[in-house]
Amino acid sequence: MSEHHEPLPVERKLLTPGVYVLLLLTFIGVCFAAWRFIFGLSSVTNLDQQHPWGLWIAFDVATGVALAAGGFTAGALAHIFHREHYHAIVRPALLTAMLGYTFVGIGLMADLGRYYNIWHPAMPWMWSPNSALFEVGMCVMLYLTVLYLEFAPIVCERFQKYDKRFALLTNLSDRVYPILNKIMPLLIIAGVVLSCAHQSSLGNLMVLVPSKMHPLWSTPIMTILFLLSAIAVGFPMVIFEGMYAAWSLKLKPEMHILSKLAKYIPVLLGAYLGFKIGDMAIRGSYVYLGEGSTQSTMFIIEMVFGVIVPFVMLLSARVRNSPGWLFLASLLVVLGVALNRINVFLVAFMPLYPVKSYFPAIGEIAVTIGLVSLLMFLYRVVVTYFPVITHPGKVRAA
Amino acid sequence: MSLNRREFIKAAGLAGIGGSACLLGERAQASEARSPSPDAMGVLVDIPKCIGCRRCEYACQEAAGFDPPPIETFEDKSVFEQARRPQPRSHTVINRYANPQDQANPVYNKFNCMHCVDPACVSACLVSALSKQEDGPVVYDVSRCMGCRYCLVACPFEIPTYDYDMPLKPQVRKCNLCAHLVPEVQDVPACVKICPQEVLTYGKRSELLELAHEKIVTAPDVYIDHVYGEHEAGGASWLYLSSVPFDQVGFKHFDHKAPPRLTEKIQHAEFKYFLPPLMWFGLLGAAMWLTKPESGGTSHE
Ligand code: SF4
Ligand code: SF4
Repeated sequence: MSEHHEPLPVERKLLTPGVYVLLLLTFIGVCFAAWRFIFGLSSVTNLDQQHPWGLWIAFDVATGVALAAGGFTAGALAHIFHREHYHAIVRPALLTAMLGYTFVGIGLMADLGRYYNIWHPAMPWMWSPNSALFEVGMCVMLYLTVLYLEFAPIVCERFQKYDKRFALLTNLSDRVYPILNKIMPLLIIAGVVLSCAHQSSLGNLMVLVPSKMHPLWSTPIMTILFLLSAIAVGFPMVIFEGMYAAWSLKLKPEMHILSKLAKYIPVLLGAYLGFKIGDMAIRGSYVYLGEGSTQSTMFIIEMVFGVIVPFVMLLSARVRNSPGWLFLASLLVVLGVALNRINVFLVAFMPLYPVKSYFPAIGEIAVTIGLVSLLMFLYRVVVTYFPVITHPGKVRAA
Repeated sequence: MSLNRREFIKAAGLAGIGGSACLLGERAQASEARSPSPDAMGVLVDIPKCIGCRRCEYACQEAAGFDPPPIETFEDKSVFEQARRPQPRSHTVINRYANPQDQANPVYNKFNCMHCVDPACVSACLVSALSKQEDGPVVYDVSRCMGCRYCLVACPFEIPTYDYDMPLKPQVRKCNLCAHLVPEVQDVPACVKICPQEVLTYGKRSELLELAHEKIVTAPDVYIDHVYGEHEAGGASWLYLSSVPFDQVGFKHFDHKAPPRLTEKIQHAEFKYFLPPLMWFGLLGAAMWLTKPESGGTSHE
C-alpha cells in the first residue's frame, strides 16, 4: 500500500509551560488518589449508601469509554470500508482510544472498593453472563489488548526507522512487525465488534433500575442510544483532538481531511437524534420536558446544545470548511455525549430514600482532572517520539 | 469536492443495521421469569403487631458478629425522629410512622433485604459474588467481590450498603437471612427468634402466603388487602401485612415484573453463545473484503 504522506514523530521540545501545568494537575490528582487508597473512599468522595456511583464512574469510566470511540469508528472507516483518504486520522484516533481505555482502567481502580480483584471477571469460574457489567468488563479488557496490539507496529516503526540506538529493539521490531501486519485486519474487525458490544452494554446498566431513573432517560433502548451516540461522537472527537493537537504542537490542522470527515457527522448524529426523539415520542416522556427540574433542564441542554445545534451546524459546508466553526461544532458533540453519560449515571439517578443529594467532592474532581491531564501529557509524549501524526508541512510529493 | 453519496448511504446504513439488529435480537429472545423455588423459606411480617422495641436490631447486629451495645440502649425511642435506612453495621432497622386511624398508636415497619425471588443484585453482580440459594436467602461471597457497588445501584429496595470508610477490605453489607446460622445453629433467623410480639413468622414462602391471605380474610377490618412482597419487583421472600397502605409505611410501588427480566433478555440477545458477535465479525470481514480497492493502491473516491 503506497502512502502519499506518512506519519512522523513530531520532534518538538517536550517540556513547554503548558506541559508543566499538566504535570502539576496530575500531581494534585495523584495526591488525592493516594489519600483515597490510604484512608478509603469516604475520605475523598461524597459517595453514600444511596449514591454508590459518582463522578469517577460517570466520567472516568462511562464518558471515557464513549469518547474513546474515535478509535474504532476511524479504524472501520479507513480499513474496513477502505476510505484510504482517511489514513492520516487513524493513528491519532488509535492513540486516543488506547490512552483513553487505559485511563478507564486506572479510573476504575480508584473507584473499586477491592481494586486488587479487578481481574476477577476474566476468570471463568467468576463469570456471570447475566450481568451487563460483566460484558462491559470483558469487552473492555479484550479491547484494551487489541488496542495495544494495534498500536504495537507504531512502536516498532520508531525503532526500525527513526531510532536505531537500540539494536536489540530494532531487531525485535523487524521480527514482530510483519506478524502484526498480517493479523492487523483481524484485530481491526475485533476492535469494532468489541467496541459495539460494550458501548451498547454500558447503556444496559441503568435499564436494570427503572425505579431510580428519571423517565426522560429511562428507556429499554438505552443500549441502542449508547451505541449510536458512541458512533456519532467518534469523528467529532477525532476532529476535536486533531485540531487541538495541531494547535498545541504548532502544526497546521489537516482541514482537507477533517472537513471531509465532518460530512459523516450529521448522518450519524441524525440517526442518534432520530432514535432519541422516537423514543421520547413512543414513551410519551416529553411531558417531563416542562417539569422545570434539574433533570429536565439538563436534558434540554444535552439535547439542544449537544445534539441539535451541532447537527444543524454541520449540515452547512461553510461550517465544515472553517477551522474555527468545525472545531466548535465538534466540541459541542463531544460535550453533548459527555453530558449524556453524566446525566444518565448521575443526574437521572434518583435514589428512593435519599439522605442528601450527591455532588462530586473536590477530591473526586481533582482525581478526574489529574487523570485527564496525565492522558494529555502522555499523548504529547507519544506523538513526540513515535510516528503518529501526519504533518501536512512534511508531505512528500506524490 | 462534491458530496459523496455512497459514503453517506454506507455510514447511515451501518448505524441503521446496528439499531435494527439490536431490536430484532431483543425480540427473538425469550427470557423466563424466575419462579420461586418450592423450598424457599421466607418471613411474614405482621406490621400491626410490632411495638417498635428494636430488639430485632440488637439480635441482628449480634448474629452478624458486630458486638452491639447492651440491649437496653435499643430502647431509645429518639432514633424514630428520622426514618433510617440499613447501615453496614445494622442490617435491619425499625422505623415509626404516623397511624392515620389511631393517632395514639403509631405503626412500626421493619426494613432489611427482601431476599427477592428474582434479585436484581444477583443479576447485576459481574463476578457472581451474590447468589440466590434454593432455600431462599440471597447471600454474599466477599472473596469474589470487586467492590464495584453495582449491586447497590441495582437493588430496587435500596438495601445493600458499603464500607466506604475501609481502605483495604471493604464489603457489601446486607441481611443474609442468617444463612450462616440457619438451620445448623438455630432454627430461625435471629430477628425472628428474639421478637417478643410474634410479629415475624419464619416458614416456607408458599405457606406464608397462604397464611397471609387467610389473615386478611379473617380480619378484613385489621389488614388491607395487599401482601407486600408477593409480586413487588418479581416477588420476595419477605412478605408484609399492614393495616395502612404500604406507601405510608415507607414502601414504594413496584412493577410485578422483576427488573432483570428485561436487561437479561437484551444482554442475551447481544451475546448468546457468542453468536451475535461472531456474526458481526463475519459481516465486517465481508465488508472489508468487498470494498477493497481493486488496484490495491490508494483510492480517492
Ligand atoms: S432486596 Fe435488594 S439486596 Fe435484597 S435480594 Fe432483593 S435486590 Fe438483592
Ligand atoms: S460490589 Fe461486589 S457484590 Fe456488588 S456487584 Fe460489585 S462485585 Fe458484585
